[in-house]
Amino acid sequence: MISASIFSPLNPQLHIPDGFLNTVVALVFWLLTIVFVSIATRRLQADYDERLTPLMGILAAFIFASQMINFPVAGGTSGHLLGGALAAVVLGPWAAILVMTAVIAAQAILFQDGGLLVMGANIFNMGILTALIGFGLYRSAAGRSRRTKLIAVTAAAWLSVMAGALSTSLQLWISGTTTLKIVMPTMLGIHALIGIGEALITVGAIAFIMQTRPDLLSDEKITAKGGRLWIVVGGVITLLVVLLAPFASVSPDGLERVAEDLGFLNTSIDAPYQLLPDYSIPFLGETTLSTVVAGAIGILAVAGLVLLLARTLRKASLPTKHRQPTE
Amino acid sequence: MQTSTFDRYQSGDSPIHHLDPRVKVIITVLFILSNALIPDGVWLGFFLALMLVLVITGWAGLTWSFALKRSLIVLPFTLAAVTIIFSMPGSPLGIIQIGPWALIPTDTGLIRFISIMFRSLLSVQMAILLTATTPFPDLIHAFRHLRLPQPLVATLSFMYRYLFVLSDETTRLLRARRARSASLPGKQSGGPLLWRAGVAGNMVGQLFLRSLERGDRVYQAMLARGYTGHLYTLNPHIMQRQDWLFAGLASAYLLFIQVVCRIALFY
Repeated sequence: MISASIFSPLNPQLHIPDGFLNTVVALVFWLLTIVFVSIATRRLQADYDERLTPLMGILAAFIFASQMINFPVAGGTSGHLLGGALAAVVLGPWAAILVMTAVIAAQAILFQDGGLLVMGANIFNMGILTALIGFGLYRSAAGRSRRTKLIAVTAAAWLSVMAGALSTSLQLWISGTTTLKIVMPTMLGIHALIGIGEALITVGAIAFIMQTRPDLLSDEKITAKGGRLWIVVGGVITLLVVLLAPFASVSPDGLERVAEDLGFLNTSIDAPYQLLPDYSIPFLGETTLSTVVAGAIGILAVAGLVLLLARTLRKASLPTKHRQPTE
Repeated sequence: MQTSTFDRYQSGDSPIHHLDPRVKVIITVLFILSNALIPDGVWLGFFLALMLVLVITGWAGLTWSFALKRSLIVLPFTLAAVTIIFSMPGSPLGIIQIGPWALIPTDTGLIRFISIMFRSLLSVQMAILLTATTPFPDLIHAFRHLRLPQPLVATLSFMYRYLFVLSDETTRLLRARRARSASLPGKQSGGPLLWRAGVAGNMVGQLFLRSLERGDRVYQAMLARGYTGHLYTLNPHIMQRQDWLFAGLASAYLLFIQVVCRIALFY
């Protein structure tokens, strides 16, 4: 009855099913995800060699299984884990991305929990954003007291859920599937509560591991998993969430106006479903053509940015590459 | 072992079960992409897509409502899209009064909402058929043949191996907690919320450490038994004539749906 309890409709999840994102948005996020995952595998293979996949496999199974552990909250609802921040804290950012990718892929393939075409977006929201925030904040507490670290973990876990919810709502909105005005406050409100459960379980788990196997979470281990640049990455995303979330839920009109001023909103609602119809028919509409070009430029720009970020990140943490695997 | 909870595979001996998993994966993805490209309100397109789902269900020897029933799992998510009914500009269909709020559904909004619904349900139905007719190890095999990054595929296959072991471990942890949480009828067992969350957190930590240790032992055992990084399956997976035929027919049908939709847009 396990599957019935975790995957019941009463447990709101962030997994977007197919059909809810438009094709362009889905593909852009697939692209982003592929970039992150391929960097992750490359970096990890350098560190672990042939032991990589068994280790990542069991850790993915661990995240999957730990989502089964719940605690009663009230009125028949229960809190349980998404696991992204926990994975980032214990495994480091790249391993967390790979592990969460496997978890989300398996959930989609085995349980149809989340779509296939939109899987890139799901991995981005629940695997990549959570890993970046989770590790970034935890890294900033490296070398500090146990209490500071636990506070950082708590904040990271809560924020990771909020970041996921924020990004999910924005994707749905850009796809023309929802109205920001209602969905954003609802999503953020629900997930502010879910995030508390996430934070409590995560901090409980980390405290337990710190007590029983302090060697796994020692300061050397943290710094070996990523350089100082991660603090910046975590900080920037945190700032984005902290600034954007209240703005978006209190005055979604503001966000809509910004998007409209940038010429973003109108194209986003009309274009994607007419993008291909017009494309396959000889007389191309002027606006549609411009949308296609704009979309292509956007994709290239995002890809370029990510590659640039990846290169700097790799340079920043180059010394770790030559370190001997400690296990 | 709770094999049944994780594996949605329905064993069978149908032509669909015998298809090469690569073909099934590709056609499923193309089908979902095709749904995404059916324009709003072109009901004929959705109807044609549904026909394909039903034909494949029939071929696979499943009851016709098999995928339809299971696809209802996406319904909770549709709450996120409901607002579009009232927010898209279009001609109003009336007014719904809920307390102080007046909601005005529009025709374009409603059409868009129903289209999103159909796209989502149909896509999930095909994905359900894929997992119902293909054992997971065969799917992994297909991913490998389709050149998905090797570390990711291997991680997935290992994950599948360990899933059963770790879920048993978790079930034992949960059972132990239940056994120690006796309570009087009508009263909640255990301490306050924070305490309960802490216990759950410690269980997760415990599970992590056990997973690490167990993973190591299982890996050593697998090496000792000759594991070389491949999962074997009894199915040979060589593309046969019927595989090519099915792939060709199904893609042609999907193309046909798209063409019909484009033509329908003009009328």
